[in-house]
Amino acid sequence: MNVQQKATLQKLGPFLALLVLAAGLAITSPDFLTLGNLLNVFRQVSINALIAFGMTLVILLGGIDLSVGSILALSSVLTALMISHGIDPVAATGLGVLAGAGMGMVNGLVISKGKVAPFIATLGTMTILRGLALVFSEGRPITGLDSDFFAMLGGGYVAGLIPVPVVIMVVMFGVFWFVLKRTVFGRHVYAVGGNEEAAGLSGIKTGQIKVWVYTLSGAMAATAGMILTSRLNSAQPTAGTGYELDAIAAVVLGGTSLTGGRGWIFGTLVGALLIGILNNGLNLLGVSSFYQQVIKGVVILLAVLLDRAGKK
Amino acid sequence: MLIKMQGISKAFGPVKVLEGVDFALERGEIHALMGENGAGKSTLMKILCGVYQADSGSIAVDGKDTPIRNTSDAERQGIAIIHQELNLIPQLSVMENMFLGREPRRFGVIDSRQLRRQCLEYLQLLGIDNLDPDAEAGSLSIGQQQMVEIAKALSLNAQVLIMDEPTAALSERETERLFSIIADLKARGVGIVYVSHRMEEIFRVCDKISVLRDGQFVGERVIAHTSFDEIVRLMVGREIGDRFPARKAELGEIRLQVRNLADASISGVEFAVRAGEVLGIAGLMGSGRSEILRTIFGLNRRLAGEIELDGQPLQASAPHQAIAAGIGFVTEDRKGQGLVLGMSVRENATLANLGHYARWGVINSAQQLAAVQREIERMHIRTRDAELEVKALSGGNQQKVVFAKWLGIAPKVLLLDEPTRGVDVGGKAEIYQIINELAQSGVAIVMVSSELPEVLAMSDRVLVMHQGRQAGIFTQPDAETVMTAATGGLQ
Repeated sequence: MNVQQKATLQKLGPFLALLVLAAGLAITSPDFLTLGNLLNVFRQVSINALIAFGMTLVILLGGIDLSVGSILALSSVLTALMISHGIDPVAATGLGVLAGAGMGMVNGLVISKGKVAPFIATLGTMTILRGLALVFSEGRPITGLDSDFFAMLGGGYVAGLIPVPVVIMVVMFGVFWFVLKRTVFGRHVYAVGGNEEAAGLSGIKTGQIKVWVYTLSGAMAATAGMILTSRLNSAQPTAGTGYELDAIAAVVLGGTSLTGGRGWIFGTLVGALLIGILNNGLNLLGVSSFYQQVIKGVVILLAVLLDRAGKK
Repeated sequence: MLIKMQGISKAFGPVKVLEGVDFALERGEIHALMGENGAGKSTLMKILCGVYQADSGSIAVDGKDTPIRNTSDAERQGIAIIHQELNLIPQLSVMENMFLGREPRRFGVIDSRQLRRQCLEYLQLLGIDNLDPDAEAGSLSIGQQQMVEIAKALSLNAQVLIMDEPTAALSERETERLFSIIADLKARGVGIVYVSHRMEEIFRVCDKISVLRDGQFVGERVIAHTSFDEIVRLMVGREIGDRFPARKAELGEIRLQVRNLADASISGVEFAVRAGEVLGIAGLMGSGRSEILRTIFGLNRRLAGEIELDGQPLQASAPHQAIAAGIGFVTEDRKGQGLVLGMSVRENATLANLGHYARWGVINSAQQLAAVQREIERMHIRTRDAELEVKALSGGNQQKVVFAKWLGIAPKVLLLDEPTRGVDVGGKAEIYQIINELAQSGVAIVMVSSELPEVLAMSDRVLVMHQGRQAGIFTQPDAETVMTAATGGLQ
């Protein structure tokens, strides 16, 4: 096996792990490999995957975004408030995503202009935005979102079969894949993450790249928020708590390096699916939710350790 | 014989890095180890200091067969290495660094009086007791840090000192100081392995020279009985022609005009460079050479002065503005500032002008690849293909990728900071050739270099800096003129 084959194999490692896990579940649980269950898994995965797509760009830059869960909650609360005040649901949804983008942009500006470490900056906004979500909702879920459009976001089907969230996830996967692979912006993200100083000295506006990446991450978190709010038929100010960790786990499981500059969006999709299928499978097998946590943590550590070993 | 390595072989996977290499070092001898990048010098030295294990071969210390299985074995035998990238912990003080892990203790607590006394003892031994043992290592110059490392090695009772490119980051004065320390160590009977690409230095300070090529030992020579040409021939295995290829460039209009330039540490810098001209900038380390380039490029804040590019005033406060105006900058630190090591040759070579190959932000990969292929051929970049990660290339080929990046913007002015640092002899000649071709095509070139022979041979004129000020501009000066000006002798 030459070096290149080895690198390819390593890159596909998470994908192979996914196949093994799926095969194992197909054998042990007769309910796993049914169309209904699989579509259900994909729908559950979509929210984490959407957040993780944005997180992938952030981590490629060598950054981190802890505020995604709070952005999800605040943008959901804002959209729900707009709808319950009679604003057109389509417009309210669009404005909600824009609001999320704006919150991400604030992260980006604090990090690039204020030169604050991403961990600290987004820890701050995580707390602020969560607080604001509680303030605007007065701490209560916002209900009464009677809108066919809005209900369709989380609960609808395309062609009577494929859940709308899954379609959104697949489309966004395609968009992110294309952006990272083929556009100047995408390649500049890799360059800044790989060596910020060299990128800056080559004329890349590193600050702008950062602002856009965090803006995108915010927009993706808000998009996930719309889907979640639609599914629950209410906006919860405490929604999305801990989602940042699931997203980071998906990105890392997919082989993207936390030091930046190395990784791909396909890996993140696989990582999100791994986590989702693991959850689903453990449920089907009747494993207690306490043990589920333990197993998930072990899988994440194992994956990263194997990745390390493979690189040596 | 202090050290005798015989028949050393080492392979990493299928790649044979060393094959039956011999190396011998005597007490009180300064022995140069030369070879192109990738010849196996560092692997050989890492085997000697226990970082790697040889697959076969033997090492004898003082005539006794001594297996060196790890770094502590080497330390016990008195073998120490001073790395090119220094290993001090910047936040700790000089004395803490020197005795890290073996601090003198009293009742389990560090005895700092004793620590300071012992530290000073070794600093005095080296004649550098003007260094404050309490100073943070990070606040010292590179040269001073290196002295601290040498002092540390002596405190470990080193009998063999391996120095890897010790003068790469030193000023002339620090280099002189280092040479006198080396002479002193030699007189004490310490054996020194001197790994360097700098021929002038090797011929000045070394007694013997061993040459490696492609992992094999090609010969040992006594310095007094050999020549530059012979050594170069041994290293590259062929004639490489002139070390400094000749240039036939017609000087054109003035492209870059700088008047009364100042930043935080330089002032009153004035010069003009014509199309086709190479202006060298010489001076001691810290004299403000690089600051000139950085200020033109918009990296350092310009506090005074005007810059004109082809007669147009240039107001660059960030690199992207300077680049848009047609200025390229080959930085001093290739790995840290010039390249994204984890990216491919193709991506690095187009980093400064990616937009050129894109429409609506989408890259036309075929067009990009074709352009990079042309540069790979034109500059003879030795790489398996354009998709290889740039970190897999040798120093010289990496530097050519940096040049390719700047050629992509069709520069009017190219700023070069130490363009051949860490590049081997064959690679240097090729880079000089690229510089010449650029000049001939009408680019104005400003080149900072610490290597005097390079500045003298490559420049039409030389601007000499002294303590942040311009000491003069000389047309094809000799070494003495430049050194006199650089040390303030003209004032």
